[in-house]
Amino acid sequence: MCAEKKLDPLENSAYEAVVGLEVHVQLNTRTKMFCRCENRFGAEPNTNVCPVCLGWPGALPYANREAIEQSLRAVLACGCEVGEFSKFDRKNYYYPDLPKGYQISQYDQPLGLGGQVDFLLDGEKAGVRLTRIHLEEDAGKNTHVAGRPVSFVDLNRAGTPLLEIVTEPDISSAAEAGAFLRNLRLIMLYLGVSDCNMEEGSLRCDVNVSIRPKGAQHLETRAEIKNLNSFNFIEKALHYEVSRQIDLKERGEEVVQETRLYDPERDETRSMRGKEAEHDYRYFPEPDLTPVTFTREQLEDIRSSLPELPAARLQRYTSELGLEDYPADLLVRDHEAAIFFDACIELYPKARSAANWILNSLKEEANSRKTGISSLGLEPGRFVDLVKAVDDGVVSSQKGREVLKPMLESDKPVAEIISELGLEQISDDSELREQVEKVLSEHPGPVEDVRAGKKNSVNFLVGQVMKETRGKANPGKVAEMIGEILSA
Amino acid sequence: MTKSVFDTRDSIRAGELTATAAAEDALRQVEQVNPQLDAATEILREEALEQAAELDRRLESGEEPGPLAGVPFTVKSNICTLYGRTTAASRIIENHVSPYEATAVRRLREAGAVCVAKTNLDEFGMGSSTENSSIKITKNPWETNHVPGGSSGGAAALCSATRGMLHLGSDTGGSIRQPAAYCGVTGLKPTYGRVSRYGLLAFASSLDQIGPLQHSALECALVLEAMAGVDEMDCTSRNVEVKDYVESASRDISGMRLGIAPELFPEGVDSEVRERVEQAIEVLRGLGAEVKEVSLPNARYANPAYVLVSAAEASSNLARYDGVHFGHRTKEAEDLVALYKSSRAEGFGPEVKRRIMIGAFVLSSGYYDAFYLKALKVRKLIRQDFETALGEVDAVVCPTSPITAFPIGERMDDPMKLYAVDVLTVPANLASLPALSLPCGLSGDGLPIGMQLYGRAMEDDVVLRIANAFQSETEHHLQAPPVNAWGGGGEA
Ligand SMILES: [Zn+2]
Repeated sequence: MCAEKKLDPLENSAYEAVVGLEVHVQLNTRTKMFCRCENRFGAEPNTNVCPVCLGWPGALPYANREAIEQSLRAVLACGCEVGEFSKFDRKNYYYPDLPKGYQISQYDQPLGLGGQVDFLLDGEKAGVRLTRIHLEEDAGKNTHVAGRPVSFVDLNRAGTPLLEIVTEPDISSAAEAGAFLRNLRLIMLYLGVSDCNMEEGSLRCDVNVSIRPKGAQHLETRAEIKNLNSFNFIEKALHYEVSRQIDLKERGEEVVQETRLYDPERDETRSMRGKEAEHDYRYFPEPDLTPVTFTREQLEDIRSSLPELPAARLQRYTSELGLEDYPADLLVRDHEAAIFFDACIELYPKARSAANWILNSLKEEANSRKTGISSLGLEPGRFVDLVKAVDDGVVSSQKGREVLKPMLESDKPVAEIISELGLEQISDDSELREQVEKVLSEHPGPVEDVRAGKKNSVNFLVGQVMKETRGKANPGKVAEMIGEILSA
Repeated sequence: MTKSVFDTRDSIRAGELTATAAAEDALRQVEQVNPQLDAATEILREEALEQAAELDRRLESGEEPGPLAGVPFTVKSNICTLYGRTTAASRIIENHVSPYEATAVRRLREAGAVCVAKTNLDEFGMGSSTENSSIKITKNPWETNHVPGGSSGGAAALCSATRGMLHLGSDTGGSIRQPAAYCGVTGLKPTYGRVSRYGLLAFASSLDQIGPLQHSALECALVLEAMAGVDEMDCTSRNVEVKDYVESASRDISGMRLGIAPELFPEGVDSEVRERVEQAIEVLRGLGAEVKEVSLPNARYANPAYVLVSAAEASSNLARYDGVHFGHRTKEAEDLVALYKSSRAEGFGPEVKRRIMIGAFVLSSGYYDAFYLKALKVRKLIRQDFETALGEVDAVVCPTSPITAFPIGERMDDPMKLYAVDVLTVPANLASLPALSLPCGLSGDGLPIGMQLYGRAMEDDVVLRIANAFQSETEHHLQAPPVNAWGGGGEA
C-alpha cells in the first residue's frame, strides 16, 4: 500500500476525489433467494437450477426467510434504520444472464436506510456513511469466448441472494476506500453471512468517482467503474480514474457520466457504451411477492444475537485482555483466528500466550495448508493443553512447535504426543545440574567472561546446555542455575 | 349419457362406469364439437386414455382413487400440464411443453381427474373474444358467427357444448366470467390467493386467478374444493381454511342481503341484459334474499386503472420471451439487441404488443406517477368502495357484460370498444374479490345473458351459494346451445 500511495494522483493536487461505493455481498444461505436450489459455487454449468431460477413460464418466486434474516443482521450491524415494512421490486432490463428479463431487487423501501461503518485509517478513526442496504437476486454468468461468435450462459448463480450496500460519497482516497472495504468485509465475516471470497465473486464492488476543486462542496459529474473484484484492482482503478479525470479537467474537457470497466492487464479504465448509464429500469413493486414485515421484537432478537464486531473486539483485546496493539489487530483482522482465540481464553485466561501461539505457530500451519484456522479442525481445548504445557515448562517453547503438527494429524492427547516424541523438559534438578556443570567445565573461557560481567556469555552457555540436552532443558532454569553456580 | 360431473364421478365410484369409458366419452364429445367450435387447441386422446387405464387398474385393485377419480377435465393453454403444449395461444412459444405442472392441475390430477384437452384463449389471456389466439378463432356454440368471449373462450365454448367434464380457465379482468356469460355457463373467479397461480403463465400477477367454468355453481364448488388452498410455491396463495364448498353452496339464502350498485348498471348496459338481470334479482328476492342499494363511487374508473395495472405487469411478465432463453428466436440478427427486437416482433401478436407498449410506457420514469401510481391509487379506492358496500350486504349483483356475444370481427379494429366489455368484471380483479357469472336467460336473438355476483374476500362459498339457490329454482343453466355433443336442441 505504501508503494501505491506514492503514486497517489491527489498528492499535491488542486483537486480532491469524491468516491462512493456499491458493494455486493453474496450471502451464504443454504438455498437460493427465491427457490430451493442449493446456494453454492462451483457446480457444473446449469445443473444447480430449477423452473423458478430459470424463469420458466408460470414459475413463481418465494422469498428465502434465512436470506432476509441474514440481511437484517448485516443491516443492524451497520447501524441502518430498519422499517417494519419492506418490499421487493422488479428491475427490468434485457440481458442473457437474466432469464426472466427482470431482476428482483428493492427500490424505494430497502431493508436498511442510513447507517455508518467506522474503521481505522493509518491509525486514525474514520467513518463512511451508508445510504442504504438492500437485498436482491444475483444474475447468471455470461462467458464470451474470444474468436468464436458465441457466448455461454451459466445460470447456477442466477437467483442467489445478494446484499447491495451503497455508501454516501464520503470517501476521498483509494486508501480510504480500501480500509472501508476491508472493514466492511470483516463485519460480514464476523456476522457469518458471507464468505466474502473476492476470487469467487462473493464480494464485488462498483465505484463511483468524481473530482472537484479542493474544498468545494458541490458534486461534479461522476463515472462508475463496474464489477471490481479485488482490493488491489479497486485501489488501482481509483488511481487511474482520478488521474484520468484530472487530466480531462486540466485540458478543459468535461467528465462524461458513464459506466467504465477496469482492465487489470493494461491498468486502465475503459468506457462501456454510454447508453448503460441512462437505462430506465422501469422499477415497480414485485407483484409475485408479499411485502417483508417484521415486528420490533423480532428485530430486537436479531440485534441482541449479533456477534461482537471488529472495532469492539479490538478495544477488548487491548484494554481488557492487555494485548499489544499489533497482535490484537492481527487477531481481529483474521476472524477465524479471533474466534479461535476467544474460545481458547475461555479455557485458559493467559491471553498473551494464546495470542502468540495462534499468531505464530497455528497461523503458520494454516498458511502452509492454504486454509484458515477453523479448517484445521483443531479443538481449542487441545490447543490450550499445548500452550499450558509450554507455560508450565513441561515442554520448551521451541519443542512445542514440533508437537503442533502431530496434534493436527491425530486426536491423541497433547501429553501423550509430548512423551511419545520424548520432548519433556528435564524436570529433575540434579540431572540438569550435572549437564550444566559439564558444560561449565568444558568452556572455561566463557565462564571467565561471565564472572567478568559479560551477559552475552551466559546466553552462550545456556545455548550449549540446550544443545547437550537436545532442547529438553528449560532455558530459564538453566540460566538461573549457571548464575547460582558461578556466583557461589 | 351422463349429465353432470357429479353423475360421472358417482358412476365411476359405484363401478358402473370405468375411467376409460368416461375418458372415451369426453374425448368423443370434444372431437365431435371441435371442428365447428375450434375450442380445444389440443385433444390429448392417447395420454388421457393411458391415465384412465392406470386409474382403472387402481380402482380395480381397491385403491382409494381420489375424490374426482376418472372425471375428465380440460385446461386452458396458459396453464402448465405435463402433457400437451402450454402455448398461451402465442406464436412465440407455439411448441412450449412445460417441464412441470401447475399446482391447480396437480391437485385435480391427484384427486383422480384426467386431462383430456387443452383449450384456446386470447394470446396470453389478452382479449375478450378469443379472436387474439395465434392458433385459431373459437366460435360460440349458440351462434357460430359470434365470439365465445374471452380470454377463456375455448373452455367456455367447450363447457357449453359438452357435459360431464371439468374446465379450468384463468381470469385477469373477466376472462372466466365474460366467456361464461357469452356461452351460457357458470364461471367462478375465486378470491385472489384462493387458488395457487404456480404454473399459470402470468399475464398480470396481481390480478390473475385460476378458476372453473361449469354448468352449475355446485360443479364449480366441487372443482374449487379440489384445487383451493395454500401452496408454498405461490406466496400470494393464502393460508385460509378450504371449506366443503359443495356443502356450503347447498344451503339456502333466506335472509341474505344482496346489494345493487347503480355504478354497475351503467348507461352502456343493453336493455335486454338489464331486464334479465333484474328478473333474476326478483327470483333471488323470492328465495328470501333482501335487496338494497349500495354505492361504488369509484367503480367507473375501474377500466382505465385495470388497463394500466395489467399492462404494466404484463410488460414485465412477458420480458422472458426474448428469443434467448424462451420463445421464438429470429433466424438472423446482427447483434443481441437486434435478436431481442426481431424475435419479439415476430413472435407476439398485435394485442400483446399493444399492451407491452402501454405497460412499458406507464412504468417509465417521468410517467410512473402520472399513470401507474395513479392507477394503484384508484385500485385502492375501488377496494375500499367494495369493503364498505360488502359491509352492508353479503354480495353485490350486476350484469357480467353490458352486451351479449358479438359477431366475430366486429370489435377487432377498435381496442377501446373491446376493452369496454370488461367494464363490469375488472373491479373484482382490482379488488381481489370472488366473483361468479351464471346464466339468467337468453336475448331475443337467442344468445345467453350472464348475471354476476361479487362476494367478500375468501367468501367464495357465499357467491356459490347464491348461484346455487338460483339454479335450484330456475333452468337457465340447463339450456343447451345449438352446437352440442349430444346432437339435440333444448335441454341436455
Ligand atoms: Zn432454483
